[in-house]
Amino acid sequence: MAKELIRFENITKTFDGSSVLKDLNLSIHENEFVTLLGPSGCGKTTTLRILGGFESPDSGRVIFDGEDITHLPPNKRKLNTVFQKYALFTHMSVADNIAFGLKIKGQDKDLIRERVSYCLKLVGLEGYEDRAPASLSGGQQQRIAIARAIAGEPKVLLLDEPLGALDLKLRQGMQYELIRLKEELGITFVYVTHDQEEALTMSDTVVVMNQGIIQQIGTPEDIYNEPQNAFVADFIGESNLLDGIMIRDCLVSVGGLEMPCVDTGFGENNPVDVVIRPEDVELDAGGSGQTRGTVASIVFKGVHWEIRVESEIGITFLVQTTEHYPVGSTVGISVDPYNIQIMHKPSREDEQVFDQNEVPQGETYES
Amino acid sequence: MTGKTLGKIYIALILLFLYAPIAVLIVLSFNASRSRVVWGGFTLQWYTSLVENSSIMGALWTTFGLAFASALISSVIGLLGAIGIYSMRRRGYQIMLFATNIPMINADIVTGIALLLWFVRFLPLGFTSVLLAHVTFNLPYVILCILPKLRDMDIYQYEAALDLGAGELYAFIRILMPQILPGVLSGFLMAITMSMDDFVITYFTKGAGVNTLSTLIYGEIRKGIKPEMYALSTVLFFIVLLLLILVNLPYDRLFGKIDTTRRDL
Amino acid sequence: MNRSRSRLLGVPYIIWVIGFTVIPIFFIITKAITDSNGSLTISNLTAIFDQLHRKALIMSVELAFISTVLCIILSYPVALILRSSHIRRKNIILFILILPMWMNFILRILAMQMIISNNGIINHVLKLMGMEPLKLINTPGAIILGMVYDYLPYMLLPVLNSILSIPEDIIEAAKDLGSDRMHVLTRIILPLSLGGVGSGVTMVLIPSMTEFVIANILGGGKIQLLGNIIEQEFTVSMNWNLGSGLSVTLMAFVLITSFIFGRHKEETAAGLAL
Repeated sequence: MAKELIRFENITKTFDGSSVLKDLNLSIHENEFVTLLGPSGCGKTTTLRILGGFESPDSGRVIFDGEDITHLPPNKRKLNTVFQKYALFTHMSVADNIAFGLKIKGQDKDLIRERVSYCLKLVGLEGYEDRAPASLSGGQQQRIAIARAIAGEPKVLLLDEPLGALDLKLRQGMQYELIRLKEELGITFVYVTHDQEEALTMSDTVVVMNQGIIQQIGTPEDIYNEPQNAFVADFIGESNLLDGIMIRDCLVSVGGLEMPCVDTGFGENNPVDVVIRPEDVELDAGGSGQTRGTVASIVFKGVHWEIRVESEIGITFLVQTTEHYPVGSTVGISVDPYNIQIMHKPSREDEQVFDQNEVPQGETYES
Repeated sequence: MTGKTLGKIYIALILLFLYAPIAVLIVLSFNASRSRVVWGGFTLQWYTSLVENSSIMGALWTTFGLAFASALISSVIGLLGAIGIYSMRRRGYQIMLFATNIPMINADIVTGIALLLWFVRFLPLGFTSVLLAHVTFNLPYVILCILPKLRDMDIYQYEAALDLGAGELYAFIRILMPQILPGVLSGFLMAITMSMDDFVITYFTKGAGVNTLSTLIYGEIRKGIKPEMYALSTVLFFIVLLLLILVNLPYDRLFGKIDTTRRDL
Repeated sequence: MNRSRSRLLGVPYIIWVIGFTVIPIFFIITKAITDSNGSLTISNLTAIFDQLHRKALIMSVELAFISTVLCIILSYPVALILRSSHIRRKNIILFILILPMWMNFILRILAMQMIISNNGIINHVLKLMGMEPLKLINTPGAIILGMVYDYLPYMLLPVLNSILSIPEDIIEAAKDLGSDRMHVLTRIILPLSLGGVGSGVTMVLIPSMTEFVIANILGGGKIQLLGNIIEQEFTVSMNWNLGSGLSVTLMAFVLITSFIFGRHKEETAAGLAL
């Protein structure tokens, strides 16, 4: 595994009486693309701002490349930030924006010009040196903000939901751009977003957060295929989140139906959460399977059909499949044991499924 | 006659109402005859005798000097004050905002008298007392021009500057000041104009030896108007016109330093 | 940026406010409640109720009120006409309408005097046409004319601002739902313009209530407004206590009025800076 570059130790932060980060511990490695993912108010932006030096933690330390930088001001840290609303210097030209940090370091004028030109080329905006930031489109401003942040060759780039204001196609394009940039520059990216698709697309590591607590850290596949609790299971992708009883290792009972699975270590006859991804539910037109059900609704989503099946065991399954089943028809339902994920029941509020209507207090800026 | 034409006529009438007296002043300034109603031929004599009239020119320089000095002082104190108020917590902020509004709400006559009563205790009335009075009534306008700019400031640009390595003072001067500057400039200009236009407060705080244009003219009115006054009015009118045009020019477009005209979609 | 450090920057201003706004008010109040020997009295404050002063106060309020209403009546159509016109460069028209505001006000009143005085321009034209000269100057009407002339731009600016900035799509929505022009005017434009009218009123009513210059120049000194009386106490009668007492009463009156009409000076000040 690559060398550890950044470490958060026991970071706690409170705003106006409400706790935003609770004893956070996190390790980030060189050349990693780490994404902090979670709903509004979960503390991800605060974590990023603490790393950038714009907030101080109430307690805990931030270690960067072996040094304690907890109280180091932002202008002395070797990381650069791409701000959510770009924060371009509107009274300066594009070139002056990008050259800003370089001029402060006192670099040679010709070198600066070359570097500006190189950065613009890197983000695909060659020739834009003399433009005014206000005359550029959102996507272009975004790229200038990135060019400005990488001009000084920082070791780490912090990105605070940079793609939020862009439309879908542009956003998807930029996601690939960012990955390409990371490969080309060889620097560490710390990325903050609430969009789980974005997180899954771009990251090496995803850190899922809720209410100031890290819920799970893992690769996109791990997070998606093996969520550790109800919150993660529900937040990432679509899922069937069901109540179950673990009868014994490799056997779980859902709605009275015994289903073999592959997880162990959950004890005997213990209540657990069961996650089955919609694309893993297999339907059979002939009606054969572990149980049966009736198709209640079917919606065309382009990539697949989204079907709700009311099963005999009293559970309505969300199914995604490329085949069409008419409403009202009877179908067989099966799930491969490998595709059943067992999780501990939530022991705290932050481990529970995220309720849209109850956004917690805490983060005072857009996050 | 359509509604639209009636409308345009109405506006023309209003413009006539506003400008006719001024136009009369301008025309009379070139009138060789001293009469208000008889045209005696074109002349520039009143302009030359204006310049030679020491009491008028003295009052003119006093007026300009007061305006510039009080605008400068109130801009500096006002800028610092606005930043201070902006950084205050709710309570202090509301109190200071109220205190700032007092000179503006209070009638000039009351402000002038209050200052007079205070000044006579320790200051001989003269240029200094008027200057202090002018700064006092200019400050609220300066602050109320700067505060909105402070509120609209993009603080993230400041953070971005720090992020890229700028020291706090450097970031403040290069990033935040330009955003506030239009407010500072308009505050300064407002102060100059308010100062040049003031009569009542100057009247009460000036003492015997000092005269601004307004007080001089007011004193002369009883004696009858000299045609030099018309010349003076004309000059002042064009100075003000010039000033206002200068203020409202679109500077960044003119200098073309950064290309603000191309728009991408 | 450190908040408490930037708060310190405000100290010079706070000192100035205390020294030149708060303390002087303290002194005028002190002068108002004492007599020439220094003993406490409220006779200066109750002086407003004497016949002479009461008359002057009523006259001041009347004239100020009429002038303010006239300013509103004159400004409103300008705003409506400009709004619905297709004149490009409305900014330039705005500029021209506001420009007189920046000219020295004594000079403007002077000009008005020349036009309406007994052998002024209007009467001269009337004589030429064979008509009788009118007694325009030295009347309450002259003072109203002077006040309207002086303060009209101060009403125009906020009224224009508020009416011109009503979004067009609100009006379109009203029409879409069945409003005719009169209905749009009374139910949409009028309510939305009240803020601007309020600002304009504060900028016109209070200065005109406390006026004395216009009354002197155009009223020939024969018409006594409260402002005139106060001024004379300080320059002629030298009864500073009485003058202060009347001023304090006036100040209270003004403060109450401005609270009624709201303190919109902030927007107007910013708007004045064009």
